[in-house]
Amino acid sequence: MIATQFPPLAASLFSLMAIGSLLLAFVMLGSRWLKDYLLAFAAQSWLIALLSAAVGYYGNFPELYFIAALTALFRGVVLPWLILRIIARLKVDRELHERLSPSSSLVIGAALVLFAFVVSSHLGRTLHLEGSVAVLALTVMLSMKLIGFLMLAVRGEALSQILGILVLENGIFLGSQILVPGMPLLLELVILFDLLVIVACFGVLVRYLVTHAGVTHARALRRLVG
Amino acid sequence: MSSESLIAVILLAPLAAVLLCLLVQHPRPAEFFNLAAAVVVFLAVLALLPHSLSGPQRLADDYLIVDALSTWGLLCVASVYLLSSIYAIGYMRRLSEDARLHRFYALFAGFALTTLSGPLMNNVGVYWIAIELTTLVSTFLVCFELGAESIEAAWKYLVIVSAGISLALLGTVLYYWAGSFALGPSYSLTWAALREVAPRLDPAIATTAFLLVTIGFGTKVGLAPMHTWLPDAHSEGPAPVSAMLSGALLNTAMIGIARFLQVSDAAGSGALPRAAVVALGAFSLFVAALFIVRQTGIKRLMAYSSVEHMGVLALGFGFGGPLGIAGALYHMLNHSLNKSLMFFGAGNAMRAYGSKRIGAIRGLPTRMPVSGWLWLAGAVAITGAPPFGLFRSELTVLRAGLRSDHAWAVYLMLVLLIVIFVGFLAHFRAMYFERAPAAAEELQSEEDIERAQPLRDFPDAWCVVPMALALIPLLALGLWWPDFFARCFAAVAANLSVGGRS
Repeated sequence: MIATQFPPLAASLFSLMAIGSLLLAFVMLGSRWLKDYLLAFAAQSWLIALLSAAVGYYGNFPELYFIAALTALFRGVVLPWLILRIIARLKVDRELHERLSPSSSLVIGAALVLFAFVVSSHLGRTLHLEGSVAVLALTVMLSMKLIGFLMLAVRGEALSQILGILVLENGIFLGSQILVPGMPLLLELVILFDLLVIVACFGVLVRYLVTHAGVTHARALRRLVG
Repeated sequence: MSSESLIAVILLAPLAAVLLCLLVQHPRPAEFFNLAAAVVVFLAVLALLPHSLSGPQRLADDYLIVDALSTWGLLCVASVYLLSSIYAIGYMRRLSEDARLHRFYALFAGFALTTLSGPLMNNVGVYWIAIELTTLVSTFLVCFELGAESIEAAWKYLVIVSAGISLALLGTVLYYWAGSFALGPSYSLTWAALREVAPRLDPAIATTAFLLVTIGFGTKVGLAPMHTWLPDAHSEGPAPVSAMLSGALLNTAMIGIARFLQVSDAAGSGALPRAAVVALGAFSLFVAALFIVRQTGIKRLMAYSSVEHMGVLALGFGFGGPLGIAGALYHMLNHSLNKSLMFFGAGNAMRAYGSKRIGAIRGLPTRMPVSGWLWLAGAVAITGAPPFGLFRSELTVLRAGLRSDHAWAVYLMLVLLIVIFVGFLAHFRAMYFERAPAAAEELQSEEDIERAQPLRDFPDAWCVVPMALALIPLLALGLWWPDFFARCFAAVAANLSVGGRS
């Protein structure tokens, strides 16, 4: 079943969840406190897990229930818990090194969403999918991608950068549940697992950063240039 | 042996080395396990080469592909893995990190395993995962020495490459989506399936997906302007790791771009995809030329030279046609051998002088007679001077470019290659023929961050022999284009042409 064939109720449910995730991305963009940031990320992951389950129910893809459970477990519980532990150990609870104030980054984020909308509605027009949930999914996917890059660019704290990368991946995850729900199970499983490994790696690296370089913000890492 | 068992050997040998290194936890046996795995892998790849000419074979339930292109990639990886495993024995013993050395070799073999599995992946999504895994393993090799700089380099490497490569995942999802309109919601996204469905893809989505994938894997290849992690990671890792990163890893991501170019040709996306790859290649050459001319760090010089050569590869694949593909593949092998040689030499000089700065390295012929001259020969080779292999492969790429629609890139490439030739060899002239500056100590205290003391009896045979082993084939490939290689390139060109045999 392709995105255009979902019943209207399902389509509006998916739209609601996709927009909710996008709003949570804005919550992350606007917050200075790392804990809020993390909570928003966890909530976003739970929404995406719910979305997986809903797509599985309406589209008749039983394997998506499994994916939903794993998403909730890994991205909704394990990853936030790991990052929370790092936050507790580092004793940094707020973003101190932002290059752009949260309010300005919200404005830029809104502009990026507009851009994503223009691109995806153009793609949607060539496919004759105007107004369908697929275009919305594409918009949210691209916007979360761009917002993730914005977070990486304007935030200096090492933990914010990890979360920025996780938002990038969340965007792809959300989009792919609606656009390509039939993507082979194995692939999604491995990608989930892969993310866990990434965060483990980041955790180790952050520890190295603190013990050997003495800093937790990436802006101080400017010895290697040229 | 059949190709199934050869592939099994190629993948299981490094895996066995990883496990044994972790099990035994002693530095000397770990060296041996890693070297043994490298030798076994190299021999197995040599045995696999003739098999690959008979056409693509799919193994392991369609997840692995053995064709001329993937085998060629394996040959590059296996050569570098063998050379750098020999070199690592001599180099790593001098770091006085014996207590952690078994972990280094376990990671090193694991890095080789992930790099070897990249080109073999037949499923586009699994290929993405393999490339991502190479990053995760090699990050810990880059920061093995635990200095502030190497951790900074590892951090930048992990952040930039993971962010960049997530664009490739987005592109892959878009390809899958576009294909699902023709093939239904659930299908297996192999290279062959993607190529066959390509003519039915929506051109706008196919082009968008191609650009995303190219930027994503281009980050991993180190094409400018996504190259910013490369000089840091390559210059801060131990020298054998730098050689693996530059000679082996970058190629495996380039193979993906070559395969996606074929898909976009089949999709009839027009001139844009190839123009984009050519432009990225030309821009990489340009950026590399700027940074090579004014470089002060010896390993960063080598790293920017990698950016340059990846640019040449991108130009070769971007120009396309049998000649462009042949030139790019030939260049891939030549660059792998040559860049290993250059990083080995740089590692030797760095340890012998206790500094990473070009300015601190003076009077090389007296300090390191044998490896010094080998290094100089390598420097001449890597700037594309005859009679070495890179001269021939760059010439082939230039010829291919003149036949394509992108002749402007050929003239630009020619000018930039000359600039790089002059800039690169000027550094070597200073290191070989200039006297040490009187104010050396002052400079040392000011900006030298290297904590290592100069080593007296360095480099030893472990660190010199692999340089010679790299230089000999490089010279041979410059004088003689083996007929077997020509058949190999023809097979790859046939596979990569529109509607290639499958």
